[in-house]
Amino acid sequence: MSDVVEKTLSALPSLLSLDSNAGAGKLSSTSKLGNLIRGITELTSKHDEEKLIKKELAAIKEQVASPNTTMRQMKEIMVRAIYCEMLGYQASVSYIHAIKLAQQGSVLEKRLGYLAVSLFLNESDEFLLLLVNTVLKDLQSTNLNEVCMALTAVSQMFPKDMIPAILPIVEEKLTHPKEVIRRKAVLALYKFYLIAPNQVQHIHSKFRKALCDKDPGVMTASLHIYLQLVKESPESYKDLTVSFVTILRQVVGGKLPMDFNYHSVPAPWLQIQLLRILAYLGKEDQGTSEMMYDVLEESLRRAEMNHNITYAILYECVKSIYTVYPKAELLEKAAKCIGNFVLSPKINLKYLGLKALTYVVAQDPNLALPHQMTIIECLDHSDIIIKRATLELLFRITNAQNVTVIVEKMLEFLRQSSNDYSTVDLVGKVAELAEKYSPDNGWFVQTMNSVFSLGGDRMQPDIPNNFLRLLAEGFDSVEEDRQLRLFAVDSYVLLLQGETASLPQCFLQVISWVLGEYAHLRPDQASDPGKVMRLLTRLLDQRHASAQTRRWILSALTKLCSSPVSIALARDVGERYFGSLDTVLRQRAHELMILSQDAGLRGRVLSAEGRLEHVEVDSSLSFLDGHVSEALAAGAAPYKPPHQRQEELAHEKALSLEPYGLSLPVSLSTCSITDRLTDRQSPTRLSISSSVSGNSTELSLKGGSTTLKLDGVKRVWGKEGYLVQQPKEVVEETPLPPTELPSPLGSFQSPVSQTQTASPGPEPDQERQQLASSLFVGVGTHHSVCLMGRTEAAPQRFRRKPKGTGSSSGTSEHSSNSSHSSSGTAAGNTLDSTTAATGQQISQHALGHPPVNGNPIVETPGPLPPVRDGGVAAEIPTGHTDSGTLADPNEDPVPVRPRDLPLISHLPAELSGLARSKLTTLCPGPDPGLALSSCRVYKEDALVLVVFVSNNSDSTLHRVALRFTSKQLEVSCVSGDLVEEVKGHSVATCQYAVVMMRASVDVELAGLVSYQRVPGQPRATPFSLRLSLKHFIRPLTVSTGEYGKMWLSFSHDVKQNLRLITAGDQSPLTATLDTLRDRLHLHVVDIIGSEGIVACRLLRGQPCLLHCRVHADSLAVWLRSPIPEFPDSLLYHCQKALAEA
Amino acid sequence: MIKFLLMVNKQGQTRLSKYYEKVDIGKRPALEADVVKGCLSRKKEQCSFVEYKDFKLVYRQYAALFIVVGISDTENELSIYELVHNFVEVLDKYFGHVSELDIMFNLDKVHIILDEMIQNGHIVETNRNRILAPLLALDKMAEAH
Repeated sequence: MSDVVEKTLSALPSLLSLDSNAGAGKLSSTSKLGNLIRGITELTSKHDEEKLIKKELAAIKEQVASPNTTMRQMKEIMVRAIYCEMLGYQASVSYIHAIKLAQQGSVLEKRLGYLAVSLFLNESDEFLLLLVNTVLKDLQSTNLNEVCMALTAVSQMFPKDMIPAILPIVEEKLTHPKEVIRRKAVLALYKFYLIAPNQVQHIHSKFRKALCDKDPGVMTASLHIYLQLVKESPESYKDLTVSFVTILRQVVGGKLPMDFNYHSVPAPWLQIQLLRILAYLGKEDQGTSEMMYDVLEESLRRAEMNHNITYAILYECVKSIYTVYPKAELLEKAAKCIGNFVLSPKINLKYLGLKALTYVVAQDPNLALPHQMTIIECLDHSDIIIKRATLELLFRITNAQNVTVIVEKMLEFLRQSSNDYSTVDLVGKVAELAEKYSPDNGWFVQTMNSVFSLGGDRMQPDIPNNFLRLLAEGFDSVEEDRQLRLFAVDSYVLLLQGETASLPQCFLQVISWVLGEYAHLRPDQASDPGKVMRLLTRLLDQRHASAQTRRWILSALTKLCSSPVSIALARDVGERYFGSLDTVLRQRAHELMILSQDAGLRGRVLSAEGRLEHVEVDSSLSFLDGHVSEALAAGAAPYKPPHQRQEELAHEKALSLEPYGLSLPVSLSTCSITDRLTDRQSPTRLSISSSVSGNSTELSLKGGSTTLKLDGVKRVWGKEGYLVQQPKEVVEETPLPPTELPSPLGSFQSPVSQTQTASPGPEPDQERQQLASSLFVGVGTHHSVCLMGRTEAAPQRFRRKPKGTGSSSGTSEHSSNSSHSSSGTAAGNTLDSTTAATGQQISQHALGHPPVNGNPIVETPGPLPPVRDGGVAAEIPTGHTDSGTLADPNEDPVPVRPRDLPLISHLPAELSGLARSKLTTLCPGPDPGLALSSCRVYKEDALVLVVFVSNNSDSTLHRVALRFTSKQLEVSCVSGDLVEEVKGHSVATCQYAVVMMRASVDVELAGLVSYQRVPGQPRATPFSLRLSLKHFIRPLTVSTGEYGKMWLSFSHDVKQNLRLITAGDQSPLTATLDTLRDRLHLHVVDIIGSEGIVACRLLRGQPCLLHCRVHADSLAVWLRSPIPEFPDSLLYHCQKALAEA
Repeated sequence: MIKFLLMVNKQGQTRLSKYYEKVDIGKRPALEADVVKGCLSRKKEQCSFVEYKDFKLVYRQYAALFIVVGISDTENELSIYELVHNFVEVLDKYFGHVSELDIMFNLDKVHIILDEMIQNGHIVETNRNRILAPLLALDKMAEAH
């Protein structure tokens, strides 16, 4: 029956042929598009194609430029341009017109405009910004078609920075009555999640609603988001397991409308998606897995129809069963099911069966046994893809007993294969197996020889490196080491005596090194010392040897020239390369010459015993520190790591976003401006460079452990610099106590299994039977292996000696750690760069005068007393006793000028109990008789600016008035707006309440004081002062619950990593949050474990919430607020506060 | 994840290409030629999945036309193989016995159909009626004009 279905299916496509002319019906054959298509079908050569398309592009260019081209014609032009691009010719002239078509065309033309845009542009294209307004308009259109196509366009590509502009409208569409709109809105949100996950954090509840949508299509769309979310953090979505299980059960049970069926199978791709989600959820979680066993079993049972798509579901189902927490009964059923795949005559199923078996045997190699004859057949299959899949499977079941057969099969495949990628992959696998399970030295060396000659220069460089390290480091037995080395030497000598032209460079290098180091082990080395040298020099003569290889050869020769014969040979070679253009080669030639003539020196530098030593390298290059600091002092630019340089380039690119951003209706938090950025980032940048130098010292401290075991590298650099004359330092390796290592031969004693009897199948021929027994030997023996994964079959033969303190891997771990942390900062930087800086701020910044006196920016206000309703803080002593300057113990001591004392005493009585800043002199001014000072008083509901006008002259001042101008601040007078007269040597006080209208890092407040010394002759002096955001921040006391609600409702967020402060016995998190609280007047809502939540608000303005989490050695801070600029500006102050702490 | 979808005829000429991962336009013809070479050279009885570099190709032949899909290693090959057939069935339903010329003369519509089915390299819709609905709505409007 099923075969009949298959046949009808294959009959259908035969209709897809060129003879039918039906499609051309609608298009007039004389149209330009028709001509182009005809031209394309008639092409005979690449040259013709180029000619045709060039002509077409020229025509398009001319047409789009013409003002008479209608939108309808434009639509046709776009299709022609799509054709040109499809053939690989850029039609960039049409890009802008595609956008225009989407903007201005009628519905049909609009769709084509959107289509062309999605085909022409890619996500990073700045042209896309031009589309934002069109999308915005179409999303709000009453025509559903337009909404639909706008959503389709958005879910294909949209500029990340512009998401806030359309996000609310897209969210709104989630409740649209039409299924198609809801579905597309979910897909658009999925796209947003992919490109900017932070932006959609707050609508997770809406995703859940989509999952429960009454329409199956909308639910299906939401699964894309869930697959991604569950993959990223399965823990957070365990509660949804029941929902997914229920949905799958309903789908499998055929509860969906008929039109979701594909060949009578209900929504197969949906089933596959759900099975994938379940696999992620149930992985290593028994409880969750138990919830899904039933439905997994049902899926296995239901998918019985013999059609490709049911096999696709089965495959996915088996994969899930083997991924979740194992249940024996289910595993068995799944394994049986795989049997049907493998035995199928259909090649595609066979392939998939082998792939599935690869998963299955990873759990339990025994499961391969029932299929061994099939596997053998597949190994000899004519289709290389099947062969490859079989080898992959065999790789998983290799053990010490079958390794020789399996490796032989792999090498056989490699000899035939021409695919670079699979060669590199397979060569790595062979090397891995050889190292792990090699039965003897001879086999190992021969196998590695094949690896090197087959893998050639494309293979991973760590394969030869590992091999050389293995030889150099040796194993437990000295005799064993000697044998292995000698075997390698002998085999290479033999190789070099034959044809060498086909050997890859990396193999030649391996050969040179090994011969240089170990040729002395050869018994005939004493009688014929020149033999190996002659072989090596012969290599030098070969044309195909690269300069790199020649260097290795010269190094080897240097090690070998111990006898008079070889010295003569060495001199010959040395002279030849004495004048080489390659500097390294020339250097090696010099070394060779000198060392070959001075036996004493050679003995010291290349002592035979020192071969095993670990070369000590100061990889931090700390001996250059002095040089670097000198260069820095002389004005050199500090070193920036590549990622930082790239980042800065990216910032410069971000600049060009600005003009588009301003024209948008929704405020854009993400336009970044370089000016601002460079200013803002300085704290972070500092921290990067300091952490780098920190690493360097740390590394050099551990210098003893940074042992780089690159063979063939001469020890020339050390901590003290170039080590020319220093005698070699021999580091003896302490042999390890034998108890720590398992006997390398232990594996051979394991009993041979009875796989032969286990092999089923009807009378396979003798040869295959034999092959099977050799392939699957040992697979069935370890019955202990089972559900919880595969155990290591046999002890590794070539087990590397564990290093003493600090091996090279330790070092690399260390350095990767440090690079990780610096990249963490870099990521923070990027985040920072994408955050707000409004246009107004820029102008402010650009125009900003430096503060006239004092430096309010550096000032750190101390702990703000909890200012409650009464406004009086009991804890804070009033300033009168303490030289009259500070209410703040944290503030820097200020030299007390005598006149401060009287000034502060002029502070109005109602303010005297409150926290306040020190006095700042505002303007020295041209008039020595007039002095202005100010002081900020922090009230809970206001920032009061008190200005003291001191008349230091004898005469009286008349009509003294202060005027303030600032765009970002609202200044209202509390008292003393106009003082009629200030007598000689007296002080007048004016109070102003200041409110920050828009959050910004700091703001310049410009003012003008006008007065009359002689009545009727007004004079004026400008002054300015700088107010910072932190002066306007007040703690926000909320409960954790309220905090949670607010958090979800705020849409503007910023993330950044900050430095952690360590103080005394406090935990770093508490210490850091306390510092922030004290310096920035924040309210610490709660600290739970390694997380803390903090809240604050802007005076008479909106709140900002901080979520802090200790991550490694930094504090990951996530700020959210309803206003875009606030988190950004606050973050800056947090950074500064912590930097100063 | 799907990396690209190609429609190529037996002569190796590209009839439709859609990339879900960025590939420079200058590099596409070489990639396509390579991919086509890998698939066209295979025999009927051979497996429909081919390894290509670090990803896989799934191809299916319809008369003179090949549809080739590039997928990542984690994707289910057989489900993609059937997705291709679903795509062809949708085309067949829309055009009524679809032919290579239908595709050439209606390249835009084929793309619109494909956009409904695959987005960002993921299968987003497989219900034939729903795939065609937006396009049919547009056609209706065109007739009304």
